[in-house]
Amino acid sequence: MSQLTLSKALNTGLQQALTNDPKVIVMGQDVGGLGGVFRVTDGLQKDFGPQRVIDTPLAEASIVGTAIGLALRGYRPICEIQFDGFVYPAFNQIVSQLAKMRARSHGQLALPVVIRIPVGGGIGAVEHHSESNEVYFAHTAGLRVVCCSNPQDGHWMLRQAVASEDPVIFYEPKRRYWAKDEVTDTPAESTLPLDRARILRSGDDLTLLTYGGMVDTCQRAAAVAAEEDRREIEVVDLRTLSPLDMETIAASVGKTGRCVVAHEAPTFAGLGAEVGAEITEYSFYDLQAPVLRVGGFNIPYPPAKYEDQHLPDLDRVLDAVDRSFAW
Amino acid sequence: MEPVQLLDPDGRLTQDENWPLELTPELCRDLYRRMRLARRFDEQAYVLQRQGELGLWLQSLGQEAAQVGSISAVRPDDHVFPSYREHAAALCRGITPAELLVQWRGSRNSGWDPATYRFHIYTLVLAAQLPHATGYAMGVQRDGTDEIVLAYFGDGAASEGEANETFNWAATTEVPLLLFCQNNQWAISTPAHTQTRTSLHQRAQGFGLEAHLVDGNDILAVHAVTAAVAERVRSGGGPAMIEAQTYRMAGHSTSDDPDRYRDASELDSWKTRDPIHRLERLLEERGWMNDGFRADLEAECEVFANRTSQECKQLPLQDVSTLFNTVLAEPTPLLTEEHRRYAELVASFAE
Ligand SMILES: Cc1ncc(C[n+]2csc(CCOP(=O)(O)OP(=O)(O)O)c2C)c(N)n1
Repeated sequence: MSQLTLSKALNTGLQQALTNDPKVIVMGQDVGGLGGVFRVTDGLQKDFGPQRVIDTPLAEASIVGTAIGLALRGYRPICEIQFDGFVYPAFNQIVSQLAKMRARSHGQLALPVVIRIPVGGGIGAVEHHSESNEVYFAHTAGLRVVCCSNPQDGHWMLRQAVASEDPVIFYEPKRRYWAKDEVTDTPAESTLPLDRARILRSGDDLTLLTYGGMVDTCQRAAAVAAEEDRREIEVVDLRTLSPLDMETIAASVGKTGRCVVAHEAPTFAGLGAEVGAEITEYSFYDLQAPVLRVGGFNIPYPPAKYEDQHLPDLDRVLDAVDRSFAW
Repeated sequence: MEPVQLLDPDGRLTQDENWPLELTPELCRDLYRRMRLARRFDEQAYVLQRQGELGLWLQSLGQEAAQVGSISAVRPDDHVFPSYREHAAALCRGITPAELLVQWRGSRNSGWDPATYRFHIYTLVLAAQLPHATGYAMGVQRDGTDEIVLAYFGDGAASEGEANETFNWAATTEVPLLLFCQNNQWAISTPAHTQTRTSLHQRAQGFGLEAHLVDGNDILAVHAVTAAVAERVRSGGGPAMIEAQTYRMAGHSTSDDPDRYRDASELDSWKTRDPIHRLERLLEERGWMNDGFRADLEAECEVFANRTSQECKQLPLQDVSTLFNTVLAEPTPLLTEEHRRYAELVASFAE
C-alpha cells in the first residue's frame, strides 16, 4: 500500500501490465523518453525497452490503426492519445474498425486495445486540451468506455482494461492527475469489476451521479448539503460510461427518489441525457422529481479564463440539488 | 543533399546562381531588425508566462530566419496559414503583441482578424491548416488572381495524414500553394528521425511537388529560395514545398522540460549557427551597421518589449455572453435559455 498521485498510480498500473504479460505494448506520442506530457509513462521505456514502449510518429490515425494490427497479431496495445482534442484524427479507426471488428467477423476477432485519453478541463489549458468527448465513444457500439476519478481506481481499472478482451476507451481526468491517495498492491476488498459504479457516499435523500473530474466537486457538494441543509446525498461515481451500471444506479434512485447527473461535457445529448432516460424507464414510479442535469454549457470549450464559469462548480451542483428538492 | 546556403555560420557570403539575391544594405538591415524584434518579443512573452500573465507560451526562439526570411519573400496580399509558433512571421505582417498574446493569456481562442493581415488565425491541431490552405488556393485558382498561398507546418505535423493528403491534393490540383516546413528537429520530445526516414522535401517530391531544402538559419538563403519559388508558383508553375532546417532552441512550450530528452551539447552546437549572429557578422563585415543603427535598434527592442508587457497586462476580458453568442449565426433556443439561467444564477449570488 502506498500514497500515489493518479498519474503515478496509472504509471504503476502500466508497469504491472507490462510485467505480467509480455504481449502488452505501450504506444503513443512522447511516451518514451519524455514519459508522456503528464508523466503517466515515466520510466517505462527505460525498464521495458523501445520495442514495448514505443515513441510513435505524430499520427493518431495510425497509432490506433497499428494497435489494431498488433492486436490481430496477438499483442495487447495500450495507446496514449496526448490530449482529448487530438483523438479525432483516430476517430475513423476507432469507430469504423476498432469498435466493429468483432461484430463484423461474427465474433471471431477480438481487439483487446486500450486507448488512454487525458480528459476534461480545469487546468487552464489552450484550446483542444480540455474537452470531454466521452459520448462520441459511448454512442458507438463495440467499445467499453470508462473514466477513473482517483488513484486506486485508476490503477486497478487500467489493469482490468488491459485484461479485457474488448476495446476500452480509458479516460483520465487531467485535473486529478496530481491528487494523491492510497493505492493497494493487490486488489482491495473495495476493488470493483470494470463494469460497476461506485457508491462513494451513501444517503437517502438524493442520488448525485457523476464521474471523472467532477467527482471531487460532487463530494464537496454533498458535504455542504449535509452540513447546511441536512440533506443526505448519495454520491455515485459511474466509472463505467458504456455500458452503464444500471443496477447500482436504479437501486440508488429507487431509494432516494431524486437524481442529479453532473458532468463537464455539455448537457445536450450528453451522458446525463442517457442516464436520465434510463432512470425514467427503470425507476419511473420511484421518482419525486425529474432527473436534472448539470454540465458544461452547450458551447465549444471556452478559453481558459472562462473555464471556471463553464465547468459546473459547487454552486451549480447545489443549485440543481435545490431545484430537485423544490420540485 | 546539402541545403541551400548563402551565408555560412561565420557570416561569409557565397552567391548561388540558382538562387539570385539582390543584396542591399537596406534588405539586410531590414531582415536583421525584424529578427531582433521578434526575438525580443519572444523573450518578453516567455517572461510574461513565468510571471503568470500568460497561461502558456511556445517560443519561436531560433526560428527567426526561417520565418522572417520566408514571409518577407512573398507579397503582402498572399494569404498565409500558420500553425502556432509563427510569431516572427506574424509580427512581420503587423499583427500586434496584444493580438499575438491574447490566445496564450487564455482570454480568447484566436487573436486577430485574418482578413486584415491576410494571415489566418493559429491552428493548434497539427496539420489541420494544410487542407484549408489548399482549399483557399483552389479558390484563388478559380478567382484567377495572381495571389499565392503560403502555409507553415512542422516536422512533426508532417507525419499526420492531412499533411500527406495535402502534398498529394496540391500536386494533383496544381494550386498556387507554397508549403513551408520548419524542420526544427523536434516535435516535443520526438526527434525528426522518429518521424521520417526520408527527408521531407524528398517526400514532397515523391508526391509530385517541386521541393527544396534550405538552411533555415540562413535568412538570405531562405529569402532567396522563397522569393524564387514563390514567383514560380505565382506564374502558374504549380505548388511547391520548402523544407527549412532550423532548430527549436527553447523547450516545446513553457510546460516542457527539454533536459529530459535532449543533450545540452546539441543546443550548444546549434547556438553556433544562430540565425541572428550570422547576419550580424555580415552587416559588420560590410560596414552596414553603424553605431547609430545599433543604438536605435536596441532602443526600439526595449520599447517593443515594454509595449508587449503593457499591452498583455491590459488585455480585457470579454463578457461571458460572447461565449453564447458566437457559437452559431443565431443563438439557438437552448443557448438562449442556458445563458438566461446562468445569468439568473449569478444574479442570485450577487443579492
Ligand atoms: C493532432 C495533434 N496531435 C497532437 C498534438 C499535440 N502536440 C502539439 S505540438 C506537438 C509537436 C509538434 O511538432 P512539430 O510539428 O514539429 O512543430 P513544433 O512544435 O516543433 O513547432 C504535439 C505532439 C496536436 N497539437 N495535434
